[in-house]
Amino acid sequence: MSTEAPEAPAPEEPRRGSLHSGKGRMADPIFKWAVAACGTIVLVILALMVIRTTSEAWPVFVKEGFFGFLFGQEWTTGNSRTEITGTYGAWPFIYGTLVTSTIAIVIALPLAIMVAFYITHLAPRRLAKPLSYTVELLAAVPSVIFGLWGLHWFLPNVLRPFFEVLESVLGWFFLFEGPIRGVGYLSAGIVLAIMILPIMTAIIREVIAVHPIDQRMAAYALGSTRWEVMRKVVLPASFSGIVAAAMLGLGRALGETIAVLMLIGGSQSWGASLFGTGSSMASHIAATFGEAGPEARTGLMAIGVALFLVTMIVNILARVIVWRLGRMTGDAAV
Amino acid sequence: MRNGRSKLAVLAAIPLLAAACSNGGGETDATGDGGGDLSASLTGAGASFPDPLFQDWIYTYNSDVQSGVDINYQSVGSGAGIEQFLEQTVDFGSSEEYLGEESLEAAAEARGCEAVQFPVVFGSVVIAFNNPDLDGLVLDAETIAGIYSTEITSFDDPAIAELNPDMDLPSDEIVPVHRSDSSGTTAVFTHYLATEVESWADEYGEGKELDWASGLVGGQQNDGVAQGISQNPGGIGYVNQSYAQEAGLSVAKVVNADGTPIEPTLESTIAASEEADVPDNFQFAIDGIGGEGYPIAGTNWIFTYTCGYDQESADAIIDFWTWALTDESAQDLAGELGYAPLGDELTERVIAELEKTNSENGDEG
Amino acid sequence: MSTMTTTPPRPHVPLSTRPPGASYRRFKDRAATVALTGAMILAMIPLVLIIFEVTRRGIGVLSLDFITQTEPPPRREGGGYAAGFFGTLYIMALAVLMSIPFGIATAVYIVEYGPNRLTSTIRFFTDVMTGIPSIFVGLFVYGLLVIGWGGMGFGTFVGAVAIAVMMLPIVTRSAEEMLRLVPHEIRNASYGLGARKWQTIVHTVLPAAAPGLTTGSMLAIARGIGETAPLLLTAFGSGLIVTSLQGSPQGAVPMQLYRGAAQPFEAGIDRAWGAALCLFLLVLAFTIVARWIGSKASTNG
Repeated sequence: MSTEAPEAPAPEEPRRGSLHSGKGRMADPIFKWAVAACGTIVLVILALMVIRTTSEAWPVFVKEGFFGFLFGQEWTTGNSRTEITGTYGAWPFIYGTLVTSTIAIVIALPLAIMVAFYITHLAPRRLAKPLSYTVELLAAVPSVIFGLWGLHWFLPNVLRPFFEVLESVLGWFFLFEGPIRGVGYLSAGIVLAIMILPIMTAIIREVIAVHPIDQRMAAYALGSTRWEVMRKVVLPASFSGIVAAAMLGLGRALGETIAVLMLIGGSQSWGASLFGTGSSMASHIAATFGEAGPEARTGLMAIGVALFLVTMIVNILARVIVWRLGRMTGDAAV
Repeated sequence: MRNGRSKLAVLAAIPLLAAACSNGGGETDATGDGGGDLSASLTGAGASFPDPLFQDWIYTYNSDVQSGVDINYQSVGSGAGIEQFLEQTVDFGSSEEYLGEESLEAAAEARGCEAVQFPVVFGSVVIAFNNPDLDGLVLDAETIAGIYSTEITSFDDPAIAELNPDMDLPSDEIVPVHRSDSSGTTAVFTHYLATEVESWADEYGEGKELDWASGLVGGQQNDGVAQGISQNPGGIGYVNQSYAQEAGLSVAKVVNADGTPIEPTLESTIAASEEADVPDNFQFAIDGIGGEGYPIAGTNWIFTYTCGYDQESADAIIDFWTWALTDESAQDLAGELGYAPLGDELTERVIAELEKTNSENGDEG
Repeated sequence: MSTMTTTPPRPHVPLSTRPPGASYRRFKDRAATVALTGAMILAMIPLVLIIFEVTRRGIGVLSLDFITQTEPPPRREGGGYAAGFFGTLYIMALAVLMSIPFGIATAVYIVEYGPNRLTSTIRFFTDVMTGIPSIFVGLFVYGLLVIGWGGMGFGTFVGAVAIAVMMLPIVTRSAEEMLRLVPHEIRNASYGLGARKWQTIVHTVLPAAAPGLTTGSMLAIARGIGETAPLLLTAFGSGLIVTSLQGSPQGAVPMQLYRGAAQPFEAGIDRAWGAALCLFLLVLAFTIVARWIGSKASTNG
């Protein structure tokens, strides 16, 4: 994969005027440094993020201890302007975030893969483009719309009846224990799944679409069925792209704020039942930030740092999975 | 040449523009008593509880009274309202809690002069139900606290039955709904419970957000609470009176300090505000309301400084709030939206306080 | 020989007949087709329902006034989201200026000058950044610029910074994928003609990737335009048209509709749905234009 030594002096006299001058010679390194500088902006932003938010939240971590903060069960904000007087335990919110995002990914990932394959491999040619456009467009529907629609229409008309069936069949299982309140982890998770489906589908579809056609043709020539081509040729080759899509979807689910806020039922307690109400980290920040005093904002900043940490861990885990599987399958694009 | 021409065009445009402006102004003057001679751009921030009323006041004031005064009120919540007032990023702040001594000192230190605070409006928090048959159900502080601490779980609980001997109570499970965002409505509601019920104060306390008992349903803003109520057969929740009025919800009568069950109406909120004993520093809470007053009521304060405004802004602030507190159309707007205006005596005192705004500006020189 | 095997010898099968197991494989193929079609339908149902609901509730308030007038108090009818539209355009314009050039430049660095240690690091952290929650970005910009070192207060610029931070990794990530798809032959051809590396990138690689870059940027803008949470903590919202770059709170459509929908008044809620429909149509128009540019660039390239 060595690049073809473009730095070597061109043996032939170049035709472009700019190349004659010394200025032209300098252009290459200047260009390189410029784009490299742009690239490092990402690192600078991330460093600033970590430093700034952590220092804002520091007093809370000092008071509660880091693990005390992460696993503490009680969240009572104080009203002081100068010191930390409340109790800050973020576990109920961390739990809410993890549960809702897990529900969302479990539902959305398989569906996204199937939809992407349908659009690229099965859909009638005329339908494929409109379908993919529609899906991409919906990635841009603002989350407040999903929240409104979820709360006013989807929850009473679809989810609640569905929950009642679920509870009557699986009520003995602790995850599906009543009572059903309508809003709760499962409602938020399902609406999250709908929300992240478009963006995941769009990415997976794109990844599948760039799969070289000659490989597929070769597989068909060997007598494979369409299913076999999808399952055994395209799917393995698209693996890293699918993980990337899942990461993006998960990132969106973990941090999704407004829709979750409207559907999770906003309580500060937590429980194992998926029908139960709770809060996610993001929803709790958005719900209480507006009316929070300086001390409470410090606490919310600390939740923000915890949310950041959780997303970092998830992302890094996902990266490691991609990297290891990439090595096993010899996928160079990892 | 080209340059000269465009310059000419601009010069020609100026009188035209001026004519258009003055023409527009003349028209407003002609159509109503609008127009006015004040001109300022104010920003305010604070409580969401009175926001519908403030927005309407500002709109009416701007279109009917002083078209030169633009006011941008941000309903960011009481906490942020106080915060931004102290940081001096807004011209006036608003909150459901008065400024305590600590905050007043912080304000004086930051600005170099005293802050002024005065109440402008009262509002009630009502208990609403899903079940229309329960309209007029009588509850008292203990039963409400019992419901929200999940000790009372059905409508035919003996404690509720005792208060409603003539009512046929269903055995439905009660599903209490609360605000999941931090809000002044919650502050007013929990302040009432914490003042009236000792066990509530011990276990849950009061505040804009609370660690509620598990099994309760949270709703985002008034709308979320209304959805929580309407989607659960046994739903019960607390909302702003203006919301209940607008949405036509069934509401509970609440027993006040004199043992009378009171229906939440504009009259009973006004009666409640008259129960309040307001000290000279305007630091008060309306607790222990008796007589004809509805007991779950809150007050909204406005904060300004006694110095540091330019003359136009100060005039506009005083004129706007004087208008809001005294003008009949402004008071009617409050009534339509379910907020109770101040009584006559209190209004006079408040206006005297309001006029202290920027009064020390000259001394600061 | 044949006696030693446990299975009977395979009879001669002409090539035209199907091998054993074909019917099972065909069944699996059919089943997969049905399952995938079912998944497609299942996925489309909520999406269609949302479009239907947004259109049904939003169509009533749409008029020219809705775009040109500011909003009256929530219980009064008429007026519109002029302040929100202006704010959204203002914020997005700034955010696009801040994020897209840097995003594409970063991708160029990663693809054309990598892999080395710095590009791998940048790539890794860009990936990580795609997963950073929008509310955290809001908190960060709030802590950094609104109250922190900047101490700038709320405003258009800080809102745009928050949106740009959201968009940057998306632009970079998609631009990177697109640049990788540009065949090496094209680069080689450019070098062969004597072009320098920067000329190759600017005149050959970027134009070749233009359609993909447009699509990626479009996705990023579409994401940015509907963001509510980070703006709540940075731009903060305003019902008036705000032209100042920084210092006074700025509005945006999603924020205004989020607040409008939570009010108890029909008129305000109707306008919120109208705004939702507008936002949706805006994105639709955006997509079509972006696609059109994309296809034009690809035919020219």
